[in-house]
Amino acid sequence: MKLYELTIKKAHMLLKKKEISSQELTRAVFDRIDAVEKHVGAYITLDSEMALAQAKIADKEISRGNILPLTGIPLAIKDLICTKGLRTTCASRILENFVPPYDATVVKKLKTQGAVIVGKANMDEFAMGSSNEHSAIKLTHNPWDLTRIPGGSSGGSAAAVAADMCIGSLGSDTGGSIRQPASHCGVVGMKPTYGRVSRFGLVAFASSLDQIGPLTKDVTDCAMLMNVISGYDSADSTSVPEDVPDYTSFLKDDLKGMVVGIPKEYSAAKGLDPDVSDAVKHAVEKIQAMGAGCVEVSLPHTEHAVAAYYVIAPSEASSNLARYDGVKYGYRDKNKKSLMEMYKSTRSRGFGPEVQRRIILGTYSLSAGYYDAYYGKASQVRTLIIEDFKNAFESCDVILSPVAPTPAFKIGEMVDDPLTMYLSDVFTLSANLAGIPGISVPCGFSSKGLPIGLQMMAKHFEEGKLFKVAYNFEQATDFHKKKPNL
Amino acid sequence: MKITKDEVLYVANLARLDVDKVLIDKFAGQIGTILEYVDTLKSVDTQGVTPTSHAIFLTNAFREDDEKQSVDSDSALSNAPEKEDGNFIVPKVINS
Repeated sequence: MKLYELTIKKAHMLLKKKEISSQELTRAVFDRIDAVEKHVGAYITLDSEMALAQAKIADKEISRGNILPLTGIPLAIKDLICTKGLRTTCASRILENFVPPYDATVVKKLKTQGAVIVGKANMDEFAMGSSNEHSAIKLTHNPWDLTRIPGGSSGGSAAAVAADMCIGSLGSDTGGSIRQPASHCGVVGMKPTYGRVSRFGLVAFASSLDQIGPLTKDVTDCAMLMNVISGYDSADSTSVPEDVPDYTSFLKDDLKGMVVGIPKEYSAAKGLDPDVSDAVKHAVEKIQAMGAGCVEVSLPHTEHAVAAYYVIAPSEASSNLARYDGVKYGYRDKNKKSLMEMYKSTRSRGFGPEVQRRIILGTYSLSAGYYDAYYGKASQVRTLIIEDFKNAFESCDVILSPVAPTPAFKIGEMVDDPLTMYLSDVFTLSANLAGIPGISVPCGFSSKGLPIGLQMMAKHFEEGKLFKVAYNFEQATDFHKKKPNL
Repeated sequence: MKITKDEVLYVANLARLDVDKVLIDKFAGQIGTILEYVDTLKSVDTQGVTPTSHAIFLTNAFREDDEKQSVDSDSALSNAPEKEDGNFIVPKVINS
């Protein structure tokens, strides 16, 4: 096995036994990047010098017997999570040269463990998109089929893991932005409960929906990363002071007593690809065969989730993105003489079309005369969606569903049709509206050989149950072991 | 059409955007389609339903009012497009 193919757990064991060094591992990852990044395009910024310096420090610590689970492990970070001294662009022209003066809390936590930061992963601009085609910097290609999208918005983070250009990565999920690219690239991705992971230093898109989470080669690695990034942070007033369990303690071979729920509305969803539907059906049967009970549940407001989300998320975005005014940081059009002209020109040149579309949509939904009909109404529907989940979780522990209605689509196929692209988020964005955790695990391949993910969702702070079901399913299958041909 | 070109221009101005004249027709069409879809929310009975703005039931996130180290002025200004003597520079606001 090549070093860059290692999982976090295996790399950790080899580092601990001193059979490999972090510098060897980091070099292997950069050799892999040299070989395949030109085809995949997962990274916006790479810094091998800094990474190797971090690896050297990690090796020194390990030689002294100081090794933590992530010490010396090369990781990729989505380019909207601030890294001190390392450019953080949000894949936007407006932040193209932004160098954060501080680390996000999650990055600080990784650094405290002695992890190695490989680079910053590509994404849709300001995390607005499901394909990475809205990146203002570059295109990312799906490692399984380079003519297809990797998913989004954490497409670079997912593609980098799938192509072995890092050992694990962090992404962010506002409406499916970790789970959907994980599904399309055949890796594991978790959106934690809202408030589980600090958002301090995460560039805000929609503050009531955004969460940072891991993308990894298997479920064990996902639990290991969650152990490090979770927890209360006084710098994020929405982070929740709840104890963090050891998530690896849920990785046990037993599903007896667990009940999984299948939402009847999801199987009736329009545009569900037969390959996806079959893969999910087989996965449910497998989980039942392993001893879990299975019930049908109902989420009656599912058909309204996309509409509610595309009012709430753009509304929050229009407010969050008001800070890009060409004054404190980022791009400024210096040719304009008046303050107002400078603001307008800076923002219109700095933001790409999808971001401008969503700012206009959000501003419209919040504007006088429309607030009650749009933002107010959507916020009430959000309450109904939360109640749907509460009722469903009375009869089951974990809800199973597809992640995306189809496997990865072709680059360019939907770029001019925003509504169709939005509708593909139907299975994932309810979890963000309700604040509940969700995970995507590989559950099959389409007839064209494209990965398909299975989504599992649980109640607030019940990530442990997701790990338990996901781990058992993974043990019984080998989808996660398949690698793309690059 | 659900939203007119003039309405898009009006809202864009509120958001301090100068939408490209070439893009405006396309934008009005796309935003109109999205708004038509969003109008399906009208069919949901929400009488008496409390709106949700935040999915976790946390209120009043208090902390001790302690003095802590914050980003220093040089770091805070390090990304400024124009700066002078520890200040951000903006185009002239008041005409004499």
